[in-house]
Amino acid sequence: MKSNKAVYATAFAAAVSATAMVSATTASAQEAVKCYGVSMAGKNDCAAGAGTTCAGTSKVDYQGNAWTLVKEGTCETAEPVLADGTKVMLPEGKMGGLMALERDLPQG
Amino acid sequence: MTTQGLFRSALLDPSSDMPVTLTDGAGRPAGRRFSVYRNNVAVGLTEALIDGFPACHALLGDEMFRAMAGAFLRAHPPASPVMARFGEALPEFMDAAPQLSKMRWIGDVARLECALRQSYHAADGTPLSPEDLAAIPPEALGDTRFGLVPSVRVLLSDWPVLSIRRRALDPAAPQAQPGAEDVLILRPVYDPEPHLMTRGDLPFVESLRRGATLAEAAASAGDDYDPTRLLTLLMQSHALTAPES
Repeated sequence: MKSNKAVYATAFAAAVSATAMVSATTASAQEAVKCYGVSMAGKNDCAAGAGTTCAGTSKVDYQGNAWTLVKEGTCETAEPVLADGTKVMLPEGKMGGLMALERDLPQG
Repeated sequence: MTTQGLFRSALLDPSSDMPVTLTDGAGRPAGRRFSVYRNNVAVGLTEALIDGFPACHALLGDEMFRAMAGAFLRAHPPASPVMARFGEALPEFMDAAPQLSKMRWIGDVARLECALRQSYHAADGTPLSPEDLAAIPPEALGDTRFGLVPSVRVLLSDWPVLSIRRRALDPAAPQAQPGAEDVLILRPVYDPEPHLMTRGDLPFVESLRRGATLAEAAASAGDDYDPTRLLTLLMQSHALTAPES
């Protein structure tokens, strides 16, 4: 049992350091962020709350609690850039949010 | 039968008559319009299956897959309005299809594709950060329990299901070799990734999932099991969480 204990402790330490190294060197995983309130009705990627839990369920344009993946750094602007490079032109005065927004929620 | 019942059964049966009660705005029978709609339903559901089961589609070929999809969608019309769930009965349907009896592994390929899709749509978890993991004192490790994020899936197969899928989607991938393959599906960020499990990985993961301590999980995997590879994979894929209390 003693040797077994040494094995998992060593394994855990090795895994932790390998993971720390990877997260320090790769930024690619962070390139896309969830951006709320920028998708057209029915075009969200996922999670629109209240009875609608999956892709394509947002009921109004720019629904505040529906999200779409956009390039990091472009979400909280008036022109978020989708993962495929398309620029979204939001209407006057609207911006995306990294957290769910209170605006443009479906009525009733 | 109610109008809706007639409509629904006629919708999925190309040989049945149009529901006579169905009329257009001017009160005339809506025969041709109904035919167009019926065709669109079948085509739409078939396309959904092609999207959801790309490897099976590649393995069977377009013509055979569409023929099978036509039979499937009439036997198992969507049970939920969520299209992402459509096709969960396809693996068993393929297992039982006499036309596919020479491809007995195809049902497991469909199971793998289903599991990948379920993983994709699973809720987000709150993974432990590298700092959280590094902060666990070595002497406490043996008694530490972990949870797994909801997107983790395990698929057991008597067939080389992962190699078959890889080869189906990428002709440059090596030919599958005979043998069983057990697959662990992890979702590091947004896209699920299937990983081949080696001996000991399965009891280790299942023990962790059941709430066993790290020492118990290691013991369940056997004396000579080295969990380094699997633990690294779980950490790098953001799959470990605090235990469910």
